[in-house]
Amino acid sequence: MKTTCLHQAHIDAGAKMVDFGGWDMPINYGSQIEEHHAVRKDKGMFDVSHMTVVDLVGQDSEKFLLHILANDVRKLKDSKALYSTMLNENGGIIDDLIVYKRANNNYRIVVNAGTREKDLAWFEKQISNFDAQITEQPNLAMIAVQGPNAIAACLTILPKEISAQLSELSKFSAIDADDFYIGRTGYTGEDGVEILVEEKNAIELWNQLLQAGVVPCGLGSRDTLRLESGMHLYGQDMNEDISPLECGLAWTVRKVDVNFVGSQALMALRENGVKRKMTGVVLTERGILRHDQELVDDKKMTGVVTSGSFSPTLDVAIGMAIVDKDMTDNVKVQIRKKQLPVKLIKLPFVRNGQSNI
Amino acid sequence: MSYVPDNLKYTESHEWIETLSNGNIRVGISEHAQSALGDIVFVEVPELDSYASGDECAVVESVKTASDIYTPVTGTIVAVNDALEDTPELINESPYDDGWIFEMEVDNDDELADLKTAEEYRNSIEDEA
Repeated sequence: MKTTCLHQAHIDAGAKMVDFGGWDMPINYGSQIEEHHAVRKDKGMFDVSHMTVVDLVGQDSEKFLLHILANDVRKLKDSKALYSTMLNENGGIIDDLIVYKRANNNYRIVVNAGTREKDLAWFEKQISNFDAQITEQPNLAMIAVQGPNAIAACLTILPKEISAQLSELSKFSAIDADDFYIGRTGYTGEDGVEILVEEKNAIELWNQLLQAGVVPCGLGSRDTLRLESGMHLYGQDMNEDISPLECGLAWTVRKVDVNFVGSQALMALRENGVKRKMTGVVLTERGILRHDQELVDDKKMTGVVTSGSFSPTLDVAIGMAIVDKDMTDNVKVQIRKKQLPVKLIKLPFVRNGQSNI
Repeated sequence: MSYVPDNLKYTESHEWIETLSNGNIRVGISEHAQSALGDIVFVEVPELDSYASGDECAVVESVKTASDIYTPVTGTIVAVNDALEDTPELINESPYDDGWIFEMEVDNDDELADLKTAEEYRNSIEDEA
């Protein structure tokens, strides 16, 4: 199994390790729920070095990104980040990603670990007509430090000049320094940063963060945090058979100069009428919502839970679901032999520590 | 190595079985099983009914996943641990005592002899690891 350069640090911290798409990663360090609360109320950190980082340079780099991404990279000023999907010809989602603009025709892209091979193959196939080069950066480790007190903790341990920049850094922006690449981004619904460092410097950074009181958190709590904040997980809430228009990501699809891979399929879908939508669901009785549970309403409209779990912040079962566009408010979920009522609610459930339900 | 009390019997599917003074059995899940599941947030306790050995009778759900609980022998479930409704985490905190799940009247005591001893169960979870 593949390991990150922080593997031994996880074991030393008492992590329970699991196979995460071929990577031996920490699921928790004792209690997933306590780690979840640490991020919502204070500060926690995740090793996300398994994620795939690629750099894109060359005079056609912007053109290439306009071709393969549904969002509009021309919106980006230098050092800004953008969330986008990457579509196939049918408008289905190959992956979702974050792209950072470092300078004109110079980008850094972070894609999912589980889709690494197909993403790299797709980049290679699509880039041949462009004067641009894409290079994986496997020697970069990535630590996400998240929570209302996350940035304050980082300020105490980073070099002075970096800290000075970090204290001024606006959301969805990055610091592009020699030893650190720091984006004010995350996957928890809390403030925080994602720090890219050379693998050789990662352990020192991890240990400094530990000493600053940042709680090591496993991928278990990362999942409940992102679910509460209504953030999609590739492979569950979206896949190659779902378009961004049907899973709550229409806001990431550009409306001008719409000539990108998948744009014609999206146009046809819009003309015929989008028939499904993403919604939040809350179970009003005891039980837990899970991926693939079926929903049905009093008019026989149907849907499926794409992500479901227990919400530690709200103390109730929550889920994201893709449902018929006109689903009524009278919805039940099938859990084993029982049909239990659920409430549809607008995502997110929680943002910046505050409940929206 | 997780704690495996010597006075209990066990199943392959990680239930423990305690024989009570009235001849009924009490059933829960082992410390090893609760640790693998992680934080437990919901327990669907069994209906009071008769069951065959190996029937799915209850479900224990952690944040991470749902796990079926099986009846270890044939018989009738006569009591369930109602405390689990509000405090499912008792299974994490006290898997062999406060975290018990149900009690069962056993049809045929011979079936109990087929369950694993503590030593056999210890060996089986070591092999698993």
